[in-house]
Amino acid sequence: MKEKNKVFWKGVEELHNEPEFIKNNLNEFPESVLAKGAAASDESAPDRRDFLKLVGFSVAAATLAACEAPVKKAIPYLNKPEEIEPGIANWYATTYTEGGDYASILVKTREGRPIKIEGNKLSSVTGGATSARVQASVLSLYDTERLKGVQVAGKASSWEVADAAIVDRLSKISQEGGAIRIVSSTILSPTTWKAIAEFKSKYPTTEHVVYDAISSSAISKANAASFGKAVIPSYRFDKADTIVSFGADFLCTWGAGDYSTDFSKNRKLNKNKKTMNRLYAFESSLSLTGSNADFRAPIKLSQEGLFVAELYNRLTSSRINTEAVKNDILDKAVTDLLASKGKSIVVSGSNDVNIQILINEINLALGNYGSTIDLSTPVNYRLGDDEKMNQFVDDLKGGKVAAVIFYAANPAYDHPRAEDIKAGLKQTKLSISFADRADETASLVEYIAPDHHYLESWNDAEPKAGFYSLAQPTIAPLFKTRQAQESLLKWSGNNADYYTYLKNNWASSILNGVSWDKALHDGVYEGASTSSEAAPSSSSFNGADVAAGISKVYTSAAKGIDLKLYEKVGIGSGVQANNPWLQELPDPISKATWDNYLAVSKKYADDNKLEEGALVKIKVGNKELAKAVPVLIQPGQAQGTASLALGYGREKAGKVGTGVGANAFALTTVQNGLVQYSAFNVTITPTGEFSKIAQTQTHHTIMNRPIVQDATLKEYQANPTAGRFFPTVTTPDGKVAPAKVDIWKDQHVQPNHKWGMSIDLNTCLGCGACVIACQAENNVPVVGKREVINRREMHWIRIDRYYSSAAEPKETGVYFKGEGDLEMPEENPQVTFQPMMCQHCNHAPCESVCPVAATTHSTEGLNQMTYNRCVGTRYCANNCPYKVRRFNWFKYFDNEEVFDKNTSMNTALGRMVLNPDVTVRSRGVMEKCSMCVQRIQEGKLTAKKEKRKIKDGEINIACAAACATGAITFGDQNDPESQVSLENDDLNKDRAYAVLEELNVQPNVFYLTKIRNI
Amino acid sequence: MSKTSISNLVSRLSLLIILSFFFTTVRADNAPDPGLVSKGEVLFKENCKTCHAVHTQEVGPALKDVTKRRDVKWLSAWIRNSSQVIASGDKYANDLYNKFGKSPMTSFSSFKDDEIKAVLAYIDAESVKGPEKKEEKVVIGEPPVEKVDTTSTIILILVVVVLILVLTTLIVFLSVIKRFLKDKEATLTEADKELVNQKFDLVAVVKSKMFITIVSLLFVTIAVRACWLGALSIGVEQNYEPVQPIPFSHKQHAGEMKINCNYCHTGAYKSKQANIPSVNICMNCHTHVKEGPRFGAEGIAKVVKAYETGAPIKWVRVHNLPDLAYFNHSQHTTVAGIECQKCHGPIEEMEVVRQHSPLTMGWCINCHRETAVNSKDNAYYDKLLKVHADSKKKGEMKAEDIGAIDCSKCHY
Repeated sequence: MKEKNKVFWKGVEELHNEPEFIKNNLNEFPESVLAKGAAASDESAPDRRDFLKLVGFSVAAATLAACEAPVKKAIPYLNKPEEIEPGIANWYATTYTEGGDYASILVKTREGRPIKIEGNKLSSVTGGATSARVQASVLSLYDTERLKGVQVAGKASSWEVADAAIVDRLSKISQEGGAIRIVSSTILSPTTWKAIAEFKSKYPTTEHVVYDAISSSAISKANAASFGKAVIPSYRFDKADTIVSFGADFLCTWGAGDYSTDFSKNRKLNKNKKTMNRLYAFESSLSLTGSNADFRAPIKLSQEGLFVAELYNRLTSSRINTEAVKNDILDKAVTDLLASKGKSIVVSGSNDVNIQILINEINLALGNYGSTIDLSTPVNYRLGDDEKMNQFVDDLKGGKVAAVIFYAANPAYDHPRAEDIKAGLKQTKLSISFADRADETASLVEYIAPDHHYLESWNDAEPKAGFYSLAQPTIAPLFKTRQAQESLLKWSGNNADYYTYLKNNWASSILNGVSWDKALHDGVYEGASTSSEAAPSSSSFNGADVAAGISKVYTSAAKGIDLKLYEKVGIGSGVQANNPWLQELPDPISKATWDNYLAVSKKYADDNKLEEGALVKIKVGNKELAKAVPVLIQPGQAQGTASLALGYGREKAGKVGTGVGANAFALTTVQNGLVQYSAFNVTITPTGEFSKIAQTQTHHTIMNRPIVQDATLKEYQANPTAGRFFPTVTTPDGKVAPAKVDIWKDQHVQPNHKWGMSIDLNTCLGCGACVIACQAENNVPVVGKREVINRREMHWIRIDRYYSSAAEPKETGVYFKGEGDLEMPEENPQVTFQPMMCQHCNHAPCESVCPVAATTHSTEGLNQMTYNRCVGTRYCANNCPYKVRRFNWFKYFDNEEVFDKNTSMNTALGRMVLNPDVTVRSRGVMEKCSMCVQRIQEGKLTAKKEKRKIKDGEINIACAAACATGAITFGDQNDPESQVSLENDDLNKDRAYAVLEELNVQPNVFYLTKIRNI
Repeated sequence: MSKTSISNLVSRLSLLIILSFFFTTVRADNAPDPGLVSKGEVLFKENCKTCHAVHTQEVGPALKDVTKRRDVKWLSAWIRNSSQVIASGDKYANDLYNKFGKSPMTSFSSFKDDEIKAVLAYIDAESVKGPEKKEEKVVIGEPPVEKVDTTSTIILILVVVVLILVLTTLIVFLSVIKRFLKDKEATLTEADKELVNQKFDLVAVVKSKMFITIVSLLFVTIAVRACWLGALSIGVEQNYEPVQPIPFSHKQHAGEMKINCNYCHTGAYKSKQANIPSVNICMNCHTHVKEGPRFGAEGIAKVVKAYETGAPIKWVRVHNLPDLAYFNHSQHTTVAGIECQKCHGPIEEMEVVRQHSPLTMGWCINCHRETAVNSKDNAYYDKLLKVHADSKKKGEMKAEDIGAIDCSKCHY
């Protein structure tokens, strides 16, 4: 297992071995100010007396400081709220929405402060899944960049003044017949729709324009064309045996639906279930979906339509006339799809209506409607209408819009025609934004009426027809903000507060007599299935038109470079760009942080003599990227393609997000009314400069050892231990298992509990939700780009991404073939994700080298780290074979000058997110995964108070709780009935392995082999 | 016929038996139901004890035989809303109101009938029992009287006495021998003469290397020891007794009035921290009680002022555990059943709260080593008890034996 594209240099100077660098390289520490002064004149050099004075003074000062303990004040509540008991967390069920993204969540609050988000298992829509963005959103609540109150023309004002002026001008505009537009991203909330309708009836010239920063318009348009319903259906990936994706990253960001949970249900294997689904991915850049695919074909974007058409031609009796393409993997996909009719799904991420119509036809021909695709229960995640938005921009530019209100929308940043919008806004008579900060759009409007953060709001959501969800405030509003809906109602002359309005609306049109309190407690209300509409059996399809449309755009003759603009799992469309946790979350594939970059293939880089980090300018037609971006050599990137992430290059996000990367939305185009996220024949010009990308990829990874163990499904079916590596140790008595040879007396016994984990490599998709969950739970600091480059990131759990060559099935599991054979970047490597955290070894190498016994073993199998005892020798980190220990090189808290990006520890507001049960570590101490010992202690205490045994599943650790696919299981290994024991000992005994078993460190974390369905 | 009479007899007999059972149960009903009494006890301690005692007059009247004085209906109305009863013109109520300085009793409007019944049953039971005898109170947290080990002192004194005796004897011997030798001076050689005439030279002794070495060694040892002890006590604030913004007296509230700790420190039995009471808890009583016996109206006025102005009271924190140590009250109080006084000392006797224990890690660990686990009727410990019984360790299962001195018990 060798890493690709490793960089062995830390900067340009190192690469070129410049004299300055060599000189500095010899000094580990920069010269001190004192020494610099000495260099100027020898006479002023500090002499021995000065030194002694200094020492004497410091000693005296230290002694004095140590003697007098500071007087601490304790300020109790004046009037303690009945439900708050300091020290005991309260949990509230609420709903996360960001644009159309949705999650039903539980929020943990301590002393009235939300500090952690968990998934709500009562929701059948998300099933308790959370994403990295959902996990991180609690920090966005405490963003100091949020507006503290209403702003008029860039100056703070009062709500009374603003309200009076806005109502006055809206009425005038409405009377004059001037057009009023509300521009929003997808709104999931039915009550918000009602409030907007009320606003519209008060001001009849109002129209509501919905658009999504990353649009799925083509799907609803295609469904309108095929079946007469402009909706996005709900997909049941758990029911599909064969899944084919054309560039749809449905395991990550596509369509915002959380499909990873459903997908992985059918990927879990054990001794009783030895079958799983098969995923084909045809895509240009290596996405999360592609990296989890069993078969992945890198294709050029300019041929995407041809591939879909080819599949259509091969699967149906009728043919459309398009250019034929040949591909082995497509042949395999055809065979599988035909074999699993009615149990398959074909999806495409394209925003081209013709492709989506073909996809509909393919699914129809395969009989998937009614079984794996449900048109009668559409999802509401993407309701945007690109054409309508385009019309709005035309109107705005033409001066036809008198008043505009932006709600949860930032088109001056994320719309292809941002420049037109910026220019058009100047011609409006009234412009209002509900943005929480003066972002790119809001800074151009006259009135900013900041909305509450969602954790401060009452709201509701209907992510899927008939599935409702409630949001309740988990904290009193931090600033003088006001809920957007309440503002709209107020301006419509309705003075009801939104809570009452929402409650009434639910009572009258949603709950059907069901208790409001129960719905609020549960967070979700899922009424009886709304529709029993039959699945469509036929469609209207004009093959010739579609063929013509496809042929016009796609051709295999295209020579230039295709550019794919995609969404990253952490940053998404850039709404939460000011969230440092998300900025520092390593991209699952490239492991890059704090930047977007142009991913190119190795061949392209070699042909054009581009080094990694070389800055390039990108031009699409006449649109040029404002900022040069660095090049990243990405294995698996299709030849002749490049890709660039959206959501970066924010200009007015705040001190964390502003200026990070370049804004790729500037390269999106509007074609046939729809926003296109791919561009053909782009111009890439190197500037000759370099910028280092902060990748964690090669940090802490372990070379050339059988870390990942994998097999194919066929091998596994034949032999459950397939792919396993059984190390042996040679002794005078012959070869024996490493556990037989032991230099330790087994002094660690765990009589009561023996906590452990089981990690299923088969269902770990690499999404990174666990990383953020861990960061939020354990007060892990953000170190910033420079320190990531210095390899000093602090995440306690990392997801190692291993590339491997597409070896023949008989060769999988063979790792030591030679130094070089896996070294070469492959065109299309296999990918394995492996979460790696402290393995809590029972024979821990770190424990035996600590000179001060700061790291020791507990009686419950935990490897304990005692910060107050640690003196920072770092021996333990050196001796850890898993490289999971993190050293606090700096004081990351209360140190705003240096670590201003670490907002959760450096601002009074940000500190509110810290978990009060976990120490904030100081400079000079080692830290690492504690297996959420604070949660274990809490769970044990609860059981003791209730005088009972601990129930399995009652205690869960942050990473396992956040995992959407259930890849991480935590529990007591001493309990034979616990899920973790079942996974490791019973159900998957043959797949469970300890990483680096040959060292016989006896970890408490086990991994289940990765099985590929090839 | 005989058959019927027999069956008749049987049925009569059984009827008799059943009836006798019935009567016994009826009789049992007259005695207080222990379940009801214990429920009443809990309710009484949580709600009433702050102002009332059964046998003595506290803030409110003594409640002994209260059910004999007034009927349950009257009492229920009084407990739920005494002001209403007073307003209704009830003579007894008005007399009572005037007798107790016109401070009305807190209303317990949420009390249900059976809860009032339980409280009254408890009061009845206590009335029958009579006042608690001043028994030899075993206060667990009584500050351990420093048992100065007298035997060692005696030995020390003896040794010193013996040494002094030996020294004197030696000196006496020396002078005797010297005198004796002086008498025979003529017979002595030169060298011996010199020895006999040698004078004790103090300066020479002080200047001698040996002496300087010994003295400096002693000095260094003492200094190092002082430094070491000093260093150990850095940050240890035992007996810290800061002046509080309001001269609140635990002696009066917890000691004399016997208010349950949990009444004010709401988290002591269920949360990580015991909590300094919020001002609204103080106001439960001090809405009526405006003057105290020690500091008059001044201290209470501050509480009332804080409540009215909304400016919180800034108490000085007495017990400062470092952030790096996690401590949970409920683990110790509810699970382990440890009395508050074990760590906080005789808090009910403290006029001003003082940090009784050193709160050092050694102190914590020591207790974890010595204390047996309160595993009675707690299924959580079943497995551990079995393991302990099977192990070589003898005696009770100590906290130490089940991981209570693991680092991550307190540090994370």
